[in-house]
Amino acid sequence: MSKDNAMPNPPPRLELKGITKHFPGVLANDHVSMAVQPGEIHALLGENGAGKSTLVKMIYGIMQPDAGEIRWNGKPVVVPNPKAARRLGIGMVFQHFSLFEALTVMENIALGMDARIPAREPDARIRAVMTQYGLLLDPGRIVSTLSVGERQRIEIVRALLLNPELLIMDEPTSVLTPQEVDQLFVVLRQLASEGRSILYISHKLHEIKALCDTATILRGGKLVDRCDPRVESSRSMAEKMIGGNLKDIQRGKLGNFGAEKLVVKGLSVPAEGPFGVALKDISFSVRAGEIFGIAGVAGNGQNALLLALSGEATAKSHQAISVDGAPVGHMRARARRGQGMASVPEERNGHAAVPVFSLADNAVLTARDRLGMVRSGLIDHRAARTYAGEVIEAFSVKATGPGALAESLSGGNLQKYIMGREILQKPQVLVVSQPTWGVDAGAAAAIHQALVDLAADGSAIVVISQDLDELLALCDTLAVINEGRLSRPMKVSEARIEEIGLLMGGIHGETTHAA
Amino acid sequence: MRLKLEKRREPSMAMVVVTPILAVVLTMLIGIVVFDAIGIDGQRAVVDIFLTPLLASYKWQDVAVKAAPLVLIALGLSVGNRAQIWNIGAEGQYIIGALCAAGVGLSVGSGGFLIMLAMVIAGVVGGTAWAAVPAWLRLRFNVNEILSSLMLTYVALQVLGYLVGGPWKDPNGRNFPATAPLAPDQGLPILVPGTTIHLGVLVALILPFVFWAIMARSVFGYQIRVVGAAPHAARHGGFDSRNTVWASMLIGGGMAGLAGALEFSGILHKIDLGFPSGYGFTAIIVSFLGRLHPIGCLIAGIVLAVTFVGGQLAKTTVHIPDSTAGIFQAMMLFFILASDIFVRYRVRFTSSRAKPVAGE
Amino acid sequence: MGFDVIASFMTIVGLSTPILLAGLGEMITEKSGVLNLGVEGMMLLGAIGGFAAGVLTHNPWLAVVCAAAAGAMGGLLFGVFTLSLNSNQTATGLALTIFGTGLSSLLGLSFTGMIVMPFGSVFPVALARHPILQIIFGYSPIVYFALIMVPLVAWFLRSTRAGLILRAVGENDRSAHSLGYNVILVRYSAIAFGGAMAGIAGAYFSLVITPMWAERMTAGRGWIALALVVFAGWKAGRLLVGAYLFGVLMWLELFAKAGGFGDVLPVAQIIPSQFWAAMPFIMTVVVLAIISSRDKGGDNAPACLGKPFLPTG
Repeated sequence: MSKDNAMPNPPPRLELKGITKHFPGVLANDHVSMAVQPGEIHALLGENGAGKSTLVKMIYGIMQPDAGEIRWNGKPVVVPNPKAARRLGIGMVFQHFSLFEALTVMENIALGMDARIPAREPDARIRAVMTQYGLLLDPGRIVSTLSVGERQRIEIVRALLLNPELLIMDEPTSVLTPQEVDQLFVVLRQLASEGRSILYISHKLHEIKALCDTATILRGGKLVDRCDPRVESSRSMAEKMIGGNLKDIQRGKLGNFGAEKLVVKGLSVPAEGPFGVALKDISFSVRAGEIFGIAGVAGNGQNALLLALSGEATAKSHQAISVDGAPVGHMRARARRGQGMASVPEERNGHAAVPVFSLADNAVLTARDRLGMVRSGLIDHRAARTYAGEVIEAFSVKATGPGALAESLSGGNLQKYIMGREILQKPQVLVVSQPTWGVDAGAAAAIHQALVDLAADGSAIVVISQDLDELLALCDTLAVINEGRLSRPMKVSEARIEEIGLLMGGIHGETTHAA
Repeated sequence: MRLKLEKRREPSMAMVVVTPILAVVLTMLIGIVVFDAIGIDGQRAVVDIFLTPLLASYKWQDVAVKAAPLVLIALGLSVGNRAQIWNIGAEGQYIIGALCAAGVGLSVGSGGFLIMLAMVIAGVVGGTAWAAVPAWLRLRFNVNEILSSLMLTYVALQVLGYLVGGPWKDPNGRNFPATAPLAPDQGLPILVPGTTIHLGVLVALILPFVFWAIMARSVFGYQIRVVGAAPHAARHGGFDSRNTVWASMLIGGGMAGLAGALEFSGILHKIDLGFPSGYGFTAIIVSFLGRLHPIGCLIAGIVLAVTFVGGQLAKTTVHIPDSTAGIFQAMMLFFILASDIFVRYRVRFTSSRAKPVAGE
Repeated sequence: MGFDVIASFMTIVGLSTPILLAGLGEMITEKSGVLNLGVEGMMLLGAIGGFAAGVLTHNPWLAVVCAAAAGAMGGLLFGVFTLSLNSNQTATGLALTIFGTGLSSLLGLSFTGMIVMPFGSVFPVALARHPILQIIFGYSPIVYFALIMVPLVAWFLRSTRAGLILRAVGENDRSAHSLGYNVILVRYSAIAFGGAMAGIAGAYFSLVITPMWAERMTAGRGWIALALVVFAGWKAGRLLVGAYLFGVLMWLELFAKAGGFGDVLPVAQIIPSQFWAAMPFIMTVVVLAIISSRDKGGDNAPACLGKPFLPTG
């Protein structure tokens, strides 16, 4: 918060000059120049794919720039690897934690430190750091038994033990409850007040307004603006980030729902694998034309719920799930599709689609029965190509054609294709998880619009998402999943954000407070 | 200079076809160099192993007869390998298939089409049953099928040893551990008079096209490909991973059993301790060299058969042991596996820059 | 002839030692996330490498070192293909076994019929041949080496920083890479160690058990060593127990062939010797079934086992 004004012109802690990075077919960073001052919380703002991650990976030595210069405390440096970055005093907390599930907290922390330290010393130092910043953890616990918030604390402790002058935080709040976010901000402000710099990567505008002193905005690999987020409005920053005027979702009349299409009643599914989450007594119903949102922090049973609804995991009771009154709980994925129930899982590559297959072959994966692509055990490849072409056309998927490999598409385009593949089958019930995860703003808007249109045509839609803003904008009704249990559904128009936040934290959040 | 890999937008189809040929050529070149280094006439050895069997027409029948079991087994293994299910016990399934066929043939004694058919069916059933064990163990107890199928090969060897040395030993065989030979009218018909080319060779010529049609056009073929490429997507698409394991293991075992039965009834006509010739292991190489494609298996089977026949030839001309062919076969497998990277990636050379390193 | 407990025990030790050595090596390799199915091939390379060095130098210690080097070379070859060229580990491991079998046969051609001095006990004859004390002192140094390696490997994995990094690389290669560890280098080292241990295991056949060269003399023990690692749940202590358990099973075959059951249990004599020969392999499958179903795939199995790693991106 407090800028260091003691010296007339102190060199910036970190300065980037003309950083450029090419990938095959993409210019990820195009002559990006920026500076981070000591004691500053500096936001790096941009859509997914804007080049934020690439830029910080070069600062942290994971990648090397093709051109440009990195200056550290005024001196030009090359950062060949993360070890060198840490020696300089750069720490990083990753969006996807670089933790080792089967190892203990202590071992994980030790792996993040470069020199061998006598066995007792880090223990004392770790405890000191943890109490200083209120980041409490049991050093002997196996990481796989920890909550997401606790795991992030390991990452932060690991970074702080190196006494960094610059801490890079990559989308740190995407997996936290609102309460955990507040706690994190307290820690970050404390760090800044000690004169450490923080490079805070996010696309969440309200967080940046609440936390940061300066914001650098990237779009399509280029630096588009530098501003003070405290005086800027959220909408103006969003427009700079997206590069156009924001489009609102077009919705018809609300509240005119039809008959109950999907009814889930007392659905319980045991945990799959040692790190899975069990579903406990989940009940809700969705009517024709309704979009039902399921909020929650990652790892609280969202995956299990999607598998249970898609039929990849079956319920013990036939009646646990019914579509248009017909029980489908015992049916597998293929039979449920026959009943008009389609789904889109969170992971595009390898779950919703086969990366090494063409788009036409990927159409066969879920549309073969409903669209007659199979005759007496043989696949009609022409029908598959035709349908893939229709999806590409209808959802303006950027691809060379039905023969393009799924892995050759960008994340947003592949997601549009997958959503289109299900929506054009006109399902009675559609269940989607994280429909806009890692998708650029344009594609996200198109996907949201398609869901709204499908609901308007009388389908029932379930959206599972960790992005609360998305759910609040899109859904009619909302429930929160926590530790495999689903809360009471509430109307979005009447929901209070504090209540949702508390539900997301659940009892779980309280215990981590007290630990 | 640094080697740099760039992912291709689409796998290179040219590389899919070119790399197996390159693997064979590279193996020949390295063979020449290595043999010269250890004091053997390398050029002569490589020519004898790789070319003479193709150029000398009197060797063609040997190549055809040796290629048949390799192609058949590799066809079955390719199904499993595509689904990432690793049956490496085809040798055992081949042995059991031959033993089952022998059991039927020797106990009946009389000949005729029905008996021949019964022997072949017994072979397929035997091979399938032997492969069913690792499939069941994998699904029921989560046992790694690589280890269990291989362990069962060693068990099959002992079964063979027990039968030919005990209950099935030919009483007129001067106490050699071997079964009695089949009656002359029990063996498979010879297709080309005056040669050893039997009906099994024709089977091995036709089945690759059948497999090709099934793998490319049917839902079953699609299922195998999806399960191998993305198991979670397969589940999402409503394909059962359990019956994929069953199908690919049983097809692999059945084809190995078929090969064993045809080898027994088509050419050897009796079983002794020398019956296990390693076809089941070599077929793994055939499967990969053929890029897991049925037609590829046919071509690769012929290539490998050539090295077998050529290896025999080189034994007398340049005095190298049988096992030399094994070295060449392994080298081909190494190179073909390594060359996958050229299918999916473009290799670039970049100059590494020298700049001051931070923090040092 | 009576049942000779001491001779039987010593035979079991001899049978257990090679699978223990190869198993320890493979365990380290697998802990780094690499599945090398070429153990059998590396053992054969070690067997011929050690034997050739033994014939040429008459120095058994040097022969063992050469065996280790030959095995490690086999491992490094595997590493070049799987780590640097990113080829499929399962198929490459098989290729290594076929390659090792072929190359050892070719190289062994010039050594057929030769013998070396058996690499037996180095203790004074009074101890090494003592009717009772030989049970402690009557073994080749390789046996003691194998036994010392058990706690060493356990200590390395549990208590050293290098062991921690090795486990981390096998557990999550991407994270290890992003923390700045050289995943490829760690895996090359682990594979080389695994190869060296397999090589020494092979040398035990050609320098100790039968001090001469024979094609395929390791007779599938490399595969048993692979199964042993699964059996042991990637733990050194359980690997020791497992190796001796399998040693007993293999001893049963020798015992049966020597007609041992005739004295002890006459009924057992009607069981053909092939049954006892197949026994270790059948038991391996049975044991794998028990272990694998209980551990649900093995909680202790390294998460990245057998998966390719490309450091780009």
